[in-house]
Amino acid sequence: MSHEVSEHLTQALYLAAAALFIFSLRWLSRPDTARRGVLAGVLGMAAAIFGTLLHPEITHFEWIAIGVVVGSIAGVPLSRVALTAVPQRTALSHAFGGLAAGLVGTAKYSLWLDSGELTMFRTSAIAIEVILGFLTFTGSLMAAGKLQEVIPTRPITYRNQNFINLSLLALAVAAGVWLVVDPTQWWLFPVLIGFSLLFGVLLIIPIGGADMPTVISLLNSYAGLAAVAMGFVLENKVLIIAGALDGSSGFILSVIMCNAMNRSFTNVLFGAFGQVQAVAAAGEQKPVKSATAQDAADLLETASRVVVVPGYGMAVAQAQHRVREMRDQLTKRGISVKFAIHPVAGRMPGHMNVLLAEAEIPYDELVEMDDINPDFAQTDVVLVVGANDVVNPAARHDKTSPIYGMPILDVDKAKSVIAIKRSMNPGFAGIDNELYTADNTIMVFGDAKGVIGDVVKALSGGSGTH
Amino acid sequence: MEGLELWGMAFVFMLATFIGFDVIRNVSRLLHTPLMSLTNAISAIAVVGSIIIAGEQKDTFSTVLGTIAVAASMTNIVSGFLITDRMLRMFKRREPGS
Repeated sequence: MSHEVSEHLTQALYLAAAALFIFSLRWLSRPDTARRGVLAGVLGMAAAIFGTLLHPEITHFEWIAIGVVVGSIAGVPLSRVALTAVPQRTALSHAFGGLAAGLVGTAKYSLWLDSGELTMFRTSAIAIEVILGFLTFTGSLMAAGKLQEVIPTRPITYRNQNFINLSLLALAVAAGVWLVVDPTQWWLFPVLIGFSLLFGVLLIIPIGGADMPTVISLLNSYAGLAAVAMGFVLENKVLIIAGALDGSSGFILSVIMCNAMNRSFTNVLFGAFGQVQAVAAAGEQKPVKSATAQDAADLLETASRVVVVPGYGMAVAQAQHRVREMRDQLTKRGISVKFAIHPVAGRMPGHMNVLLAEAEIPYDELVEMDDINPDFAQTDVVLVVGANDVVNPAARHDKTSPIYGMPILDVDKAKSVIAIKRSMNPGFAGIDNELYTADNTIMVFGDAKGVIGDVVKALSGGSGTH
Repeated sequence: MEGLELWGMAFVFMLATFIGFDVIRNVSRLLHTPLMSLTNAISAIAVVGSIIIAGEQKDTFSTVLGTIAVAASMTNIVSGFLITDRMLRMFKRREPGS
C-alpha cells in the first residue's frame, strides 16, 4: 500500500472513530440504550488503533505488543473490583491517563530537541500537555490513596498552603514559558515535570473525603484536556475530539457536584473544608430517641410510603444487599419503597445508583433529589442509612452553619424518620445534625449492615401475624 | 504554515467541546458513574500517540516512555470498557408484576 493511500485510510478510520465516540456518549444517556454505547466506544477505539498501526512511521511492533499485553493484563482485574471501590479505580485510571499524556509529551520533546524540530507552537503544546498530564497523574494517585484510605482522608493542611501550591504551579508554568522562548534549555524540562508532579500531590492532600466527587470529576476533566493537548502536539484530530468529550464530561460533572454542595470550584480546591468548622458543635444537646431494629421494623410495617436515603455509610458497611432484602419484605406487604439519591451521596457522581443497581434494585425506584423532595410531606417513614450532611435541615435555615445553602433532601418533612448511624459522632463536616434530635426521629445505633439485617429478620419473622 | 494547522485544530476542539457539553448534559444522573468510566476509556485514545512513539523506535528513551504509555492507556481501555459494561448490566427496570 502506498503511503498516500494508507494515510487516507488512517484519516477515514479516525473520522469513523470520532463519530462512534459521539454516538457512544449519546447512547449512554438512557439505561435502555447504554450498553450499545459501550459497543460503539469499543468499535471507535478499535478503528482508531487500527488506523494508527497503518502509519508509515511505525516500523517496529514488538514494543507496542508488549505494552498492549501488559495493559490488557492489568486492565482485567481493575474492571472486576467491588463496586464500593469504583471511585478508587476511577481515580487510578485518571492517573494512568495523565501518565500516558505526560510520557508522550516528554518523548516528543526529546525527539524534536534532537532533530531540531521544536517550534514555539510545539513546545507550548508539549508544556501544557506535560503539566496537565503529570499533575493529573500524582493528583489522581493521591485521590485514589485517600479513597482507599491508604492516605488519611481528612484534609491535611499547613501554613500558607494555597500560596505554596499556587507558587509551584506558577513555577511550572514559568519553566514552560522559558522553554517556549528557548527550547534548547532542556534542563528546564525535568524542572517543569518535577513542579507539576509536586503540585498534583499538594493540590489534593488538603481536600477531604466528602469532596471527592468534585475532585474526581475535576481530575477527569484534566485527564481529558491532557489528551487534547497531546492532540495539538501530534496534530491528531481524533485525540482532540475524544479528549474534548472527556474534558467536557468531567467539567459538567464537577459543576453538578459543586452546585449540589452550594460551593464554588475555588472553595473545593482551596477551602480545606472540614478543617475550620469543627468549632460549630458547641451548645446544649437535645437528647436523641434511641431505638432497636425491632422498633424500626414495627414502624416500617405500619407505613404505606417509605423512602430510603442511602449515603456513603451504606457503601462502607456494604449494606446494599440487606437494604434490598428489606425493600423486598416491604414491597411484599404492598408498601411503596423509593430511594432518594442526593447528587453527592457517596464518593463519586452516581455512586449510590450503581451500588443499588448491583443489589438488583430496579432503577425506576431510584429518584433524584429534585424529583423526590416534594414527596417527603406525604411519606410515612424515611429510613436514613449512612447519610448525614445531605439530610441536615440546618442547610435550609441556619445561616451560621457551614453547609448553609446546600440543597438537601427534605426528610424532616416526613411523618417519621429512622436514622441508622454507627455513633453520635458528627458527620464529615463536624456539624451537629438537628434531624437526629427532632421529635419525629428515632435513631438506631450500629453497623448499617447488621441493623438492616435485624430489621429484615424482624420483618420476615413477623410476616403473616400482622 | 504551521500556524494555520493550529487554527484547524482549535476549531475542532471548540466544536467537539460544544458537542460534549450537549451530549453529556443529556446523560441521566442515574448513569453518572458509568459515564465517567466510559469517558475514561474513550480518553485513553492517548494510546494513539503512545503507539506512534513506541513503534517509531527512534531511540531507547522515547521507546521506553512510549511503551509505558501504551501499557497505561491500554489498561484504561480494557478496564474502562469492561467495568462500564459490567455496571450497565446491573441496571434493570422493575419486572412487570413484581
